[in-house]
Amino acid sequence: MAVAAEKLDLPVRQTRADSGLLGLISTVDHKKIGLLYLFTGILFLVVGGIEALLIRLQLARPLNTVITGETYNQVLTQHGTVMIFFAATPIIWGLFNYVMPIMIGARDVAFPRLNMMSYWCLLWGGVIVNAAWFLGGAVDAGWFAYVPLSSAQFSPGEGMNAYLVGVQLGMLSTMLTSINFVVTILKMRAPGMGLMNMPPLAWFTLMTSILAITAGIPFMVAMLFLMMDRWFGTSFFAPGGGGDVLLWQHLFWIFGHPEVYILLLPALACVSEVLSAFAGKPLFGYKSMVAAISTIGILSWIVWMHHMYTVGAGSPTNTAFVIGTKAVSVPAAIFVFIWLGTLWGGRLRYTLPVHYAVAMMFEFYIGGLTGLVNASSSVDRQFQDNMWIVGHFHFVAIGGIVFGLLAGLTYWWPKMTGFMLNEAIGKPGFWVLFLGFNLTFAPQLVEGLLGMPRRVYTYLPEQGWAGLNAVSSIGAFMQAVGIVILVIALLESVLSRRRATADAWGVGRSLEWSIPSPAPAYNFARLPLVRGHEALWHEKMHGDGKMQPVPDEEDHGRHGNAVHMPSPSFMPAVVGLGLLVAGFGGVLPNVTLAIAGGVVVALGILGWALEDARGYYLVVKEEEA
Amino acid sequence: MTTKAEAVGHAAGHHAHAALDNLKRGVWVFLASECIVFGSLIGTYLALWGRSTSGPQPHEMLAQVLPETIVATFILLLSGFTMALAVHAVRRGNVGGLQLWTLATIVLGAVFLAFKIKDYAHLVGEGWTFASNIGATTFYTVTGTHAVHLAVGLVWLLAVLVNSLRGRYSSENATAVECAGLYWHFVDMAWMVIFPVIYLLEFAR
Repeated sequence: MAVAAEKLDLPVRQTRADSGLLGLISTVDHKKIGLLYLFTGILFLVVGGIEALLIRLQLARPLNTVITGETYNQVLTQHGTVMIFFAATPIIWGLFNYVMPIMIGARDVAFPRLNMMSYWCLLWGGVIVNAAWFLGGAVDAGWFAYVPLSSAQFSPGEGMNAYLVGVQLGMLSTMLTSINFVVTILKMRAPGMGLMNMPPLAWFTLMTSILAITAGIPFMVAMLFLMMDRWFGTSFFAPGGGGDVLLWQHLFWIFGHPEVYILLLPALACVSEVLSAFAGKPLFGYKSMVAAISTIGILSWIVWMHHMYTVGAGSPTNTAFVIGTKAVSVPAAIFVFIWLGTLWGGRLRYTLPVHYAVAMMFEFYIGGLTGLVNASSSVDRQFQDNMWIVGHFHFVAIGGIVFGLLAGLTYWWPKMTGFMLNEAIGKPGFWVLFLGFNLTFAPQLVEGLLGMPRRVYTYLPEQGWAGLNAVSSIGAFMQAVGIVILVIALLESVLSRRRATADAWGVGRSLEWSIPSPAPAYNFARLPLVRGHEALWHEKMHGDGKMQPVPDEEDHGRHGNAVHMPSPSFMPAVVGLGLLVAGFGGVLPNVTLAIAGGVVVALGILGWALEDARGYYLVVKEEEA
Repeated sequence: MTTKAEAVGHAAGHHAHAALDNLKRGVWVFLASECIVFGSLIGTYLALWGRSTSGPQPHEMLAQVLPETIVATFILLLSGFTMALAVHAVRRGNVGGLQLWTLATIVLGAVFLAFKIKDYAHLVGEGWTFASNIGATTFYTVTGTHAVHLAVGLVWLLAVLVNSLRGRYSSENATAVECAGLYWHFVDMAWMVIFPVIYLLEFAR
């Protein structure tokens, strides 16, 4: 006999317990958190984008005077910091948060409250970094914050403190999210889904999270050292006091290079999912993909010195890192072969996500090839600090990462919002962005070959770089137009309310397309039984196209006509608020504020431990029961 | 057919059990990340070892606290043993044993922490402060981070003790104790690396 929900020991509700604005603050739903991440990421993308436009405006012609050299350094630093830590990262966690748990057939992540706290850490970190503009000026030491440039002697202001505190919070967010995702993937897959049955994106999430956990910490420790150097007068990085400036570079790049893959793997994940879905074929070479993901994860650990070829480590060391770096091209090329094999013989539908995905393949390839060139330590002596490098990493960062993530964003947009995109608006936006991107960064490769250094705020007319720079600046503004058109397409889809069905594109292969769009609070009214490699596709081929529910006794979250839900909680917000206050205490620096923030954090953790978090039962809607 | 009471017990128990299962895996992953925290700190200590440009040299200072530290190290080792006994007791449903050994672990951990505080007070009293030289800075950073971890572990174990007095644990419901145990053993083992690297290496020059 099924147990009626009313007889259970927890409250039963007809609507979710976290609706409304206060509900948004107290939510622990991975889908709402995912949307918050995406919104925040796009907001910071606009901030970082405006900074990029200022850079290109200043460099548009020789001896330009739009901004001063000092402001240029600040804008340059903020652009890199904001884009990497507060635009790309939250967009990735947003997509993963919304999609990954549904893909593996889970009702939420392993630690729902921790998930929300991760979001607050990221938001407040971004706020603190950007608040530096209004607190005595943003930092100008570069996003890599090399000492001694970032030391108290040469960056005395609040800007560098804001960088350290803000990025530290951002990294904390990444750590907590990664731990959460690893446990979710290992422990919460639906019955029948083995590790080798997971959708590709879940594998990418797992490796991204493992990389973030392992690589992030050396950088957090380095930032801690720098904080102590700045606040307590120690000399970790001061050679005069026995410290070592290269220590910062090592700790930074031990994180910094894996960070490239932490950002890139999610983009590869989106492209893999999109191409497989719209080609109507399973991903070619699934096992090779798992091997390539693992290889790239391991290799990313032994390549960091290629950022430091010119510090004088000597030939044997450099040679070892050249070999490691060049070896990365093997798993990277495997991904390209996997995608080509997936497209081969498929009937590709040229939707907007496919446009971004195919463009990503193309630009990522250029980014990889240019990377192979400067992976050579002898050649790098020429390229070090010039525009070639800027061109190279933007081919990876925008061509690879941003295009890949946009493929994912547009692909899952109907699932996340419940509304179909208007492709007639989206596609022209794509072409403007695509052409603008190539116009911006292809000339920069040539500028580098012609000897133009990077990080300089201006150049002379007779140096012969004016034409290329003008083209580059035009391209940058085209990219801005492309992004604006994309945002218009996203807004239009919400305003015109073209309802998306469960399988919005009609090509879904994994579990997220088996539930309504947008996903209900409990994801699955009944847990799905995974019977094949691609769960939904298996049912489309061998069943009636609908997921079979697992037997009632295996669906531990379901009781009668209700589903067990985690309790909403204000404690993550309290802890986050405490971290914000303590963070500003560190930035100013103001001991009272820091202690006050610390007290709020402690109270939040105490409340967290003591509050009733046993959850409640949410009654399933009739049509989904 | 299940009776109402049984079904209710099953439902609530299951959610708690699944959450604890996740918690245990989460602690493992967290401890993996903690290994890298201490790895980075100890790596930095070694990279900057012997570079102090002024002030009392580390080996002069650490020689003064070495005997106490050896005693404290044995006490911490012993606390690992009592922690293991506590987990063993709760797995066999022996809640009295759990309370006894948890209390013993807390006492031993607190004694270790008291030794550390006494050492710090002594060293600072001798004028060897946090920013005296790079040897002092890295010494205080590594051992201080360990001491903070230990203090967190003490709070955690206190919570375990309180919860066991409230009757929260049984042989079926031991995961929360196991998680605390995992963390405590990690803090123990971290010291087993820190002690030789920091205190004994100084005398190998």
